[in-house]
Amino acid sequence: MAPHAELEAQIDRWRTYVQGRQAISPADVDELEDHLREQIADRQATGLDDEEAFLVAIKRLGNLDAVSHEYAREHSDRLWKQLVLVPESPGDANAPAWSELAVVLALAVGAGVAVKAGSAWIDDSAVLMRNLGLLVLPFLAAYFGWKRRFTGAVAATLLVLFAALAVVLNVYPFAAAGSTGMLAALHAPVILWLLVGVVYVGGRWRSDKRRMDFVRFTGELAIYYTLLALGGAVLIALTLATLRFVGLDLEPVLEGWILPFAVPGALVVAAWLVEAKQYVVENIAPVLTRVFTPLTAAMLLVLLAVLATAGGFVDIDRNLLILMDAILVLVLCLLLYSISARDPLSPPGLFDALQLVLVVAALAVDAVMLGAMLTRIAEFGFSPNKIAALGLNLLLLVHLCRAAWLAVGFLRGRRPFAAVERWQTRYLPVYGVWATAVVVVFPPLFGFI
Amino acid sequence: MRIDKDLVAASATPLVLGILSDGDLYGYAILKRVSELSGGGMQWTDGMLYPLLHRLERLGYVSSLWGKSDAGRRRKHYAITPAGREALADRQEQWAVVAAALRQVWQSRQRPSAAVEGWA
Repeated sequence: MAPHAELEAQIDRWRTYVQGRQAISPADVDELEDHLREQIADRQATGLDDEEAFLVAIKRLGNLDAVSHEYAREHSDRLWKQLVLVPESPGDANAPAWSELAVVLALAVGAGVAVKAGSAWIDDSAVLMRNLGLLVLPFLAAYFGWKRRFTGAVAATLLVLFAALAVVLNVYPFAAAGSTGMLAALHAPVILWLLVGVVYVGGRWRSDKRRMDFVRFTGELAIYYTLLALGGAVLIALTLATLRFVGLDLEPVLEGWILPFAVPGALVVAAWLVEAKQYVVENIAPVLTRVFTPLTAAMLLVLLAVLATAGGFVDIDRNLLILMDAILVLVLCLLLYSISARDPLSPPGLFDALQLVLVVAALAVDAVMLGAMLTRIAEFGFSPNKIAALGLNLLLLVHLCRAAWLAVGFLRGRRPFAAVERWQTRYLPVYGVWATAVVVVFPPLFGFI
Repeated sequence: MRIDKDLVAASATPLVLGILSDGDLYGYAILKRVSELSGGGMQWTDGMLYPLLHRLERLGYVSSLWGKSDAGRRRKHYAITPAGREALADRQEQWAVVAAALRQVWQSRQRPSAAVEGWA
C-alpha cells in the first residue's frame, strides 16, 4: 500500500463531492485541489498526521455551500450548463473530439453529395423518392458505426442489409405511379431507421435499455433537427431578402445547391449534437411530453367527436383515413417518447393517468378507423393501399391495447413501470417486420401495380 | 485577534492586488503572504479567495496562466495587469483617505478624554 493511500482516497472523495457543484468548473476544482494539497503539505511539515492535516485543510477551505455560492455569484452563467463540443485547451486530453468533428463534417458533406448526385442522375421523381432514405441514412449509420468502433464483420453485415434493401427498391419492376411503389417508398425509411437503430445501439439490439436509448435519441434528434432547420430557414430567408435588394436572385442556387446539401447534412450534424450533449444537457423531452400529452389527448377526443357526428363510415374520405393514420403514428411516437423520458422508479401520478387517457383516445380513434376500413374493403374490395393501411392499424391496435392494459395495471400499483416500458421496446421490431413485408412481399404479391 | 468579516471583504481586493504587484503568485502563496503581512491576524476562508481572483480577472485587473507545480500538478498563476495597477493606485488613495480620517478620529477621541482628566 502506498504511504499516503488513505489521504489520496480522501482527496479523491472530496474532489468528487466538489465536482458535483454546478458553479465550480473542473478547472476550478484543479485549482482548489492544488490549494488543498499545499495546505496539507504545510500542516504535515508542522507535525500533523495525514488525517489531521486533511481535516485542517478542509476546514480552512471553508463551508462548501458558502464557497460554491460565491463561485455562483461570480460565474452565474455556469448554472446554464455549457455544451463543450470541442475542448478549448490541449490540456483536456480530449484530442479525439477534433477528429470526431472532421468525421461528422465529412459525413454531412457526403450525405449532401449523395443527395445531389441522386437528384442529378435519377430523372424519375418516384424512383428518387424511393431511394432518398438510402442516400442519406447510411451516412448517419456510418457515423455511429465509427463512433461505436464497429468491427469489419458487423459493418459488413449491416452493409449487406442496406445493399439488399437498395436492390429490392431498384430492381423490382414497379409500375409508374403505382401504389406498391409508393408504399415501398413510404415503408423503406422505417426499415432504414431501424437499421440505424441497430448501429446506434452498437449491435446490442436485443437489450431493452439500449432500445429505449434509441427511442430517446430519435426524439431528441427530431427536436434538434427542427431547431437547426428553423435557424437555417431564418438565415436563408434573410440572405435571400437582402440579395434581392441588390438584384441577385439566389433561389436557383438555393434549390439546386444549398438545400440538397443542408437538409441531409443537418441530420448528421443534429445526430452528432444529440450524441455530444446526452450527458451534459438535460433532455428537453420530459417538458415537451408534459405539454403535448394532454394537448394531443384533447385533439384526439375532438376528432372522435367529429367522426362520431359525421355519421357513416363509408363516407369517410380515403385521404382522411391516411391523415388519421399519420396522426396515430404521431401519437404513438409521443407515447414512446414520453415513456422513454419518464423516471421508471417514480410512483404513478397524474401524468400517467393523462397518458392513459391519450392511449384510450387513440385506441378509440383506431377502432373507428378500422371499422371504416373494413366497410371500405367490403364495399370496394382489396387493394395494396387498403391492406397496408389495415395492417398498420391492426399493429397499432395491438400495441395500444396492451399499452393501455399495462398502464392500468401500473396506475393501480399492480405492475412496475418497467413492464410498460418493456412492452414498448419489445414491440418495436414488429413495425420493422411489417415494413419489410410491405416493401419486399407486397409488390410481387400485387403484381407491382 | 479576529478581524471583522466586512473589513476583510473590503480590504481583500487592494491586498491581493498589492501582493501581486510584487510578482506573480498562485492562490495558496497569496494567502500565505496575507497571513505573514498581518502577523496571522487576517485569516481568510481559503475557498473565498478563488472567486475573488476570478472576479478580478473578469474585471481585467489580473491575468492568469496555467503552469505546473514542483510536484507536477496543474497550478494557476496570477499576475497583475496595467489596469490592475491603476485600480490599485486608486484603492490606495481611497484607503489613505480612510486611514487618515480614522487616525484623526482616534487622536481626537484620546485628547478630550485627557482634557477631562485635566479638569478633574
